[in-house]
Amino acid sequence: MNAPILDPVLPLRPALDHLDWLEAEAIYILREVAGQCSNPALLFSGGKDSIVLLRLAEKAFRPGRFPFPLLHIDTGHNYSEVIDFRDARACELNERLIVRSVESSMARGTVRLKSADESRNKHQSVTLLEAIEEFGFDACIGGARRDEEKARAKERIFSFRDEFGGWDPKNQRPELWDLFNARVHKGENIRAFPISNWTELDVWQYIAREGLALPPIYFAHIRPVVRKGNLLQPVTDLTPARDGDVIEQLRVRFRTVGDITCTAPVESDADTVDKIIAETATTTITERGATRLDDQASEAAMEQRKKEGYF
Amino acid sequence: MSAIEHIPEFGSPVDNGLLRFLTCGSVDDGKSTLIGRLLFDTKAILADTLHAIEKTSLRRGMEAVDLSLLTDGLQAEREQGITIDVAYRYFSTGRRKYIIADAPGHEQYTRNMVTAASTADLAIILIDARKGVLTQTRRHSYLAHLVGIPHLLVAVNKMDLIGYDRAVFERIRLEYLAFAQQLGIKDVRFIPLSALNGDMLVDRGDNLGWYEGPTLIDILESAPAAHSASDERFRFPVQFVCRPQKADDPLLHDYRGFMGRVESGGIEVGDEVVVLPSERHSRIKGIQIGGRSLPRAVAEQSVTLLLEDEIDISRGDMIVRGDARESALVTRRIEAMLCWMGESPLDARRKYLIRQTTRDARALLDEIAYRLDINSLQQVAAGEIGMNDIARVSFKLAQPLVVDRYAENRATGAFIVIDESTNNTVGAGMIL
Ligand SMILES: Nc1nc2c(ncn2[C@@H]2O[C@H](COP(=O)(O)OP(=O)(O)OP(=O)(O)O)[C@@H](O)[C@H]2O)c(=O)[nH]1
Ligand SMILES: [Mg+2]
Repeated sequence: MNAPILDPVLPLRPALDHLDWLEAEAIYILREVAGQCSNPALLFSGGKDSIVLLRLAEKAFRPGRFPFPLLHIDTGHNYSEVIDFRDARACELNERLIVRSVESSMARGTVRLKSADESRNKHQSVTLLEAIEEFGFDACIGGARRDEEKARAKERIFSFRDEFGGWDPKNQRPELWDLFNARVHKGENIRAFPISNWTELDVWQYIAREGLALPPIYFAHIRPVVRKGNLLQPVTDLTPARDGDVIEQLRVRFRTVGDITCTAPVESDADTVDKIIAETATTTITERGATRLDDQASEAAMEQRKKEGYF
Repeated sequence: MSAIEHIPEFGSPVDNGLLRFLTCGSVDDGKSTLIGRLLFDTKAILADTLHAIEKTSLRRGMEAVDLSLLTDGLQAEREQGITIDVAYRYFSTGRRKYIIADAPGHEQYTRNMVTAASTADLAIILIDARKGVLTQTRRHSYLAHLVGIPHLLVAVNKMDLIGYDRAVFERIRLEYLAFAQQLGIKDVRFIPLSALNGDMLVDRGDNLGWYEGPTLIDILESAPAAHSASDERFRFPVQFVCRPQKADDPLLHDYRGFMGRVESGGIEVGDEVVVLPSERHSRIKGIQIGGRSLPRAVAEQSVTLLLEDEIDISRGDMIVRGDARESALVTRRIEAMLCWMGESPLDARRKYLIRQTTRDARALLDEIAYRLDINSLQQVAAGEIGMNDIARVSFKLAQPLVVDRYAENRATGAFIVIDESTNNTVGAGMIL
C-alpha cells in the first residue's frame, strides 16, 4: 500500500494559541473570498460578530482598502445606538457602507407583511436578495457562527446558494481541507462565514484582546421590560406593553442585537467586557435560546429561513 | 460554550491547544449519540438546548432523551433518525478546546465524511459491538488514514447490548488490528463503551471493570494536536496581492504586499526566497499583519510578505525559502490517490479544474492505475471511477502546479477537482 502516512510525532503544544489560530483561519477565509470572488460584500450590522469581522478584515487587508463594500440590510427596527455605531465605524474605517432597507422592499411591494406588527426580521432575506441582484454580488461575507444554532452547525464555511438564494442542506458541496470553492454561475451566490468555528466566548475574548468598541446596549444598563415566558421583551415604541403586562425596570444587556421585535435582553450586571466573559463562561442558556423570539417559533425555524435565502 | 468548572481535574491546568476530531463508522453505530453523551457528561449542553431536545424526544415518542438530536439538527435528519451532513460542535475543558465533527455513516453521504475528516487531527471510529467490522467501518478507516489523520481511536460501542462481554471486544479488536496492519496504520487504540449509558466516556461506569485503559475524555485530553504542521520547509501560497497605490502617501506609493498563510515552516526578515513557478529570487523585506510589522512568521499564521525586489507575483504563486527550493516540485503531471464524489463518473474525455493551494489548473485524466476494493484492500483494474470510489490516478495539467507529496505536506499535497459545468467539487486528491 502506498497510501500517505503522516509522521505521528507532532508537538503537543502548538505555536499559536486558540485565538491566534481562529484569527489566522478567519483572515485566510476573508482573503480567499477576495481572491476568488469578483464582487463580494461584507454584511455589517453593527452587532458584535460583524464588528469582529471588521477587525479581521483590517488584519487581512490593511494597509489596503477592503476589497468589498459593507452591506447592511436594515429592517428599520434596529436600536438607534446600533445604527449610530454602524455609521461611525464605517466612517472611521473609511470604507463604503451600503444600506438597503426592508421598508423600500415594502414600498416596492416585494415584502408584504401579514399584519402591521409582524416582525420584519425574516423579510430581510428578500431585501438581501434584491441587494445582491442590484449590485451583482457573487459572495456575501457573514458573521454567522456554527455554535449559534443547530442548522448553522451544519453549514459549510463557503455555503452555496442557488439563484433563489436558497440553501440546500441535503446537498451541500463537499468542503475539503481549506480548499474552498467559491465558483458560481451568474445569479448564484456564495455565503462565506469566516468565524464559523468561533464560539460566543471566543468572540468576547477576541473583543477583549483587541480592545474593540461595541454599541452600549451590549453592556448592562437599566431598561423597561416585560416578561414573556422565559424571555424579557423590551418596552419600546415598536413593542409597547400590552394590557396586563407588568413593566419592570431591570438591569439587562443584549447578547445579540438585531431587529427590535425579535431580540430580547438578559438580566445582567456585566458592564465590562471582562465581566461579560466571566458570565459567558458560566452561563446555562445558549446565546439564541435566551434572546431570540424568532428561533422559538418552531424547531426548524432557522433552517427554514436559510432555505429561503436568510444569511 | 464552555464547561470549564465541571470537568474533572486532570492535574495542572495546561493548555493542550485545539483538537479537531470526528466520529465516523457505519450507519447507526452510535456516532451522534456518542457526541451527545460526551457533551452531556462534560456539562457542555446548556439548559435550553437540553430542554429543546427533551421536548423533541417526547414528541417523537421516545422514553429517554435522544442525545443524537444534539447534532442531527436538520429536519430531514430528525425525521429519518440518521445523519446526512457533518455537524460541528464546540466545547472546552480546562485543558483544551475541541472542534467536533459528527460525520454521517451512510455510504451515500461518504463525501460528507471526507469533508469532516479532511480537517481532523483524530478520528473516533465507532463499531457496533453486535456487528463487528463492516464494509463502511473499513471505508471510513481507510479514508481517515488516507487523509492523514494520525490518530485513530476505535470505539466498540453498544457494549450494553452484549452484556459488556470482554471476549467480544477482544475479538473485534483483533479483527480490526489485522485490517489496520494491512493498511499500515500505526497509531490505533481501542476502547469499549456504551454511548447510550455513558460507560467509559467521561465516567468509567460500573460495567466495564475489566478494561483498564483510559476513558474517552482522557484520551482526547492528551492526544497531540496535529494541525501544527510537521513539515519544516517554508511554503507560502499567495492568496491576494495588496497594492494600496496611494499616490499621496510616500510610504504606500510603492507598497506591494503578498498576502497568504504560512502553510509550513517559518520565515524571517532577511531570508532569501524563491517565487514559484517563475523561479525569481528575492529577500524578505518585511512581514506584517494588518500593517503591523513582525520579525518572523510561523506555520498557520496569516501574514503579508514584503519583498526587496519588484517582481511579478500574483495569486496562485508560491513563495518558498531559498534553502528549500529543491524540495518543491513544479510539475504538469500529478499522481494521486483520488476520492471521487461526483454523481457522474470521472470522465476521461472531459477537462476538469484542479485547485491546489491557491492555484487552479485545467486537468485531463491521464491514467487510472487501479481502483481500491475496500473490503479486500485489493487493487483492481478499473475503466471508470464512480461516486465514492477511491483510486490511484494521474492527471495531465495545462498549467504547472507547485506541489509536495501529501504524506510530507498536507497543505501543498492536497487538491480538489471541480466540474466546471456545475462548479461542484467532485473529487479530493492526495498527491503521491
Ligand atoms: N443500546 C445502545 N444503543 C445505542 C448506543 N449508542 C447508540 N445507540 C442507539 O443506536 C441508534 C443509532 O444511533 P445514532 O447515534 O443516531 O447513530 P449514528 O452512528 O450517528 O448514525 P448515522 O449518523 O445515521 O450513521 C439510536 O437508536 C441510539 O439510541 C449504545 O451504546 N447502546
Ligand atoms: Mg449520526
